[in-house]
Amino acid sequence: MAEAAVAGNGAEAKMRVWRGDASGGEFRDYTVPLQEGMVVLDVIHAIQAMHAGDLAVRWNCKAGKCGSCSAEVNGKPRLMCMTRMNTFEPGETITVAPIKTFPLIRDLVTDVSYNYEKAKTIPPFKPKPKEADGTRRMYQEDIDRVQEFHKCIECYLCQDVCHVIRDHDDNKPSFAGPRFFVRVASLEMHPLDTDDRLEFLRNEAGLGFCNITKCCTEVCPEHIKITDNSIIPMKERVVTRFYDPIARLLGALGGKKS
Amino acid sequence: MAGESYETHDYDVVVVGAGGAGLRAGIEAHDKGCKTAIICKSLLGKAHTVMAEGGIAAAMGNVWPEDNWKVHFRDTMRGGKLLNNWRMAQIHAQQAPDRVLELEEWGALFDRTDEGLILQRDFGGHRYARLAHVGDRTGLEMIRTLQQRAVALGIDVFMECNIQHLLMNDGRVTGAIGYWRESGELIVFNCKAVVLATGGSGKCWQVTSNSWEYSGDGMGMAMEVGADLIDMEKVQFHPTGMVWPPSVRGILVTEGVRGDGGTLLNSEGERFMFNYISDFFKAETADNETEADAWYQDKKNNRRTPDLLPRDEVARAINAEVKAGRGTEHGGVYLDIANRRDAEYIMRRLPSMYHQFKELADVDITKEAMEVGPTCHYIMGGVRVDADTSATTVEGLYAAGEVAGGLHGANRLGGNSLSDLLVFGRIAGGSAADYALGAAAAAAPDAAEVDRLTTLMLEPFTDRGEENPYAIHMDLQRTMHNLVGIIRTESEMLKAMEEIAVYKERAARVKVEGGRRFNPGWHLALDLRCLLGVAEAATLSALECKESRGGHTRDDYPDPDSKYGSVNVVTRKQNGTISVSLEPLPEMPEELRKIVEEQV
Repeated sequence: MAEAAVAGNGAEAKMRVWRGDASGGEFRDYTVPLQEGMVVLDVIHAIQAMHAGDLAVRWNCKAGKCGSCSAEVNGKPRLMCMTRMNTFEPGETITVAPIKTFPLIRDLVTDVSYNYEKAKTIPPFKPKPKEADGTRRMYQEDIDRVQEFHKCIECYLCQDVCHVIRDHDDNKPSFAGPRFFVRVASLEMHPLDTDDRLEFLRNEAGLGFCNITKCCTEVCPEHIKITDNSIIPMKERVVTRFYDPIARLLGALGGKKS
Repeated sequence: MAGESYETHDYDVVVVGAGGAGLRAGIEAHDKGCKTAIICKSLLGKAHTVMAEGGIAAAMGNVWPEDNWKVHFRDTMRGGKLLNNWRMAQIHAQQAPDRVLELEEWGALFDRTDEGLILQRDFGGHRYARLAHVGDRTGLEMIRTLQQRAVALGIDVFMECNIQHLLMNDGRVTGAIGYWRESGELIVFNCKAVVLATGGSGKCWQVTSNSWEYSGDGMGMAMEVGADLIDMEKVQFHPTGMVWPPSVRGILVTEGVRGDGGTLLNSEGERFMFNYISDFFKAETADNETEADAWYQDKKNNRRTPDLLPRDEVARAINAEVKAGRGTEHGGVYLDIANRRDAEYIMRRLPSMYHQFKELADVDITKEAMEVGPTCHYIMGGVRVDADTSATTVEGLYAAGEVAGGLHGANRLGGNSLSDLLVFGRIAGGSAADYALGAAAAAAPDAAEVDRLTTLMLEPFTDRGEENPYAIHMDLQRTMHNLVGIIRTESEMLKAMEEIAVYKERAARVKVEGGRRFNPGWHLALDLRCLLGVAEAATLSALECKESRGGHTRDDYPDPDSKYGSVNVVTRKQNGTISVSLEPLPEMPEELRKIVEEQV
């Protein structure tokens, strides 16, 4: 790790930040004093306070827990609050751009409403009846894998890097994206859930578009194994249900959820 | 600027805020048949609740069958130094378990006991392991569950919409006005009832665990329409925030670290909390390390470790250690779990803390101690509400969660916030709905009033001066940190009042660059109004309250004074000036008093 700069000492952060909106814009250069421990989001805030009060950026927790401050830092999709300045070379100019897959609103803020619309389409949790004693009993080993999916902070970096929509805007209406495959997996593998979302996955959600390049898994700041643990098992279920003749026969005889 | 255009929406109930309280209120109002809107400043699911770590306090008795609502009630009252609204504390303790189980019905997955039930963990001030949790990311589970429930019910959500003022008609609240952050366009809601669920005002202080959203909006707006605020001087400084590096100073380190066995040490390696056990907690706190360590496994035969005294006690102790020269290099103390629990346990129980320290401070908490110190975390005070209905003192206006005062008294116990959100979010949403269903339709808002407010909101774009909103905010935070911080004294607070007055003048001369489209400089310029209003109310309350108790410590009045032991400090704004008065607390019934006073 390059020790770029230590507190005070006159060290500076050189930044190139996208300014503009849907009608156009440009990268602009800013220089602000660098302090020890700073993350990219701190530097963006310093630019706001010192040079550009109207620089648009989303943020909330500043601790990697809310998933608001997604951006492309030196071309890599990242949470700005978890990207330390000392991971860059001293004196390097750092480029910060908005995430590319969603329409630009202004500066570093994009219109992520696509995700909120997709969320509305997912068939909700449908629990089975309670135990005879009125409780809900689930064992830790049975929920570990679902708890992994619940770690998602909805930063939409997985959506941002997914080729299906990053390079093909016209796929958006028929593709839910990795975030929502994780969400559906969390419901499908929930020990209490009784609904069946395989038809939904195959049709509305467009699971078949995914060609498992694992780009989503690589950028996940929560290290959720999106492809291996959610997408692939669900693809297998869809194949078994809709394309395996024996399973289809058994399905017709009353089998449902695996 | 009169005649500025705005869009208008009609609802029965408008909920301002989409954290735990707002979402739960919206769900309840919707379920009662009201046309309901939930309005939030950020994207849905990003509210401060998402950052809550340790858990939800609820006496379910899954780990310790001895636990029940009475014990939880007693712990809450004693943690709050008996300044709590007893009825709120009772309702809270009684209803919290049902609210947790309800989340499970909506898909939440809490960590489990060996019997397959919801696991509960130890936390400060709770006699038994009581916090339902998911590792150290309980708030995320809670907000996601509520968010998905609200979406499944089809409740209208207005995201990135910032409510600025409440609208009144005939002495009742009949709407709200604000702006869309994305476009900068103005928006008016006409409704029969408003629920405030806007959280706190921690952004008045410099070192804080709170996000930009915590600008005191709900308290400020309520004050503007004449609602009472109570106990605004009671501010919780969480004992364990990060202290190094400077850019992360204030970020929360969950109390779960101590709940799971972590201990506080000074620079001499001493477990100093044994030196800070107040008389109030002496009978129930271990006075030696052997007993303290044994308590984690055997609560019947051992007393609680002083590391888990209520937060106000621990924050003051850390402050005193640092002041006495026994602090760490960066002005904190050590919090060590590496030498107390094995790495596998730490990674399973505290994954976010591991991640946070590793990524932001280059510290491996399974191998090294953390450096921690107090950070402004929570406001116990807030809008005065009726315990059974969450109604404020203004008709048609309800409040729940951190924005409301009363439940936590002088100091909130960890874990009692998430349960507060659920219990009183539901009550506020339900009461607002009941009121709305019985109320006459609201008259259209007064056009002149709407004009006045739109002009106010757009004023920062007019040519009034050269003041930078970011600079004013930073100055205010420094003032509150230095002069109205953990330890207070009259002369410093009088100075703070003078400085706040200067900031108000400067705020009137703010210059905003750029246009109305997603402009954070403009947003902050508008936020200054509530930030300054709440800072003023807190300072005035703190001046009036000449004693030390819970989240209010005076250097010039270092002891509790019985004069303040049974009153609320009430602030209210009339004709543009804030007045402060002492008003008696509701009297606790005899059977509850017995529970509180019982020795264990």
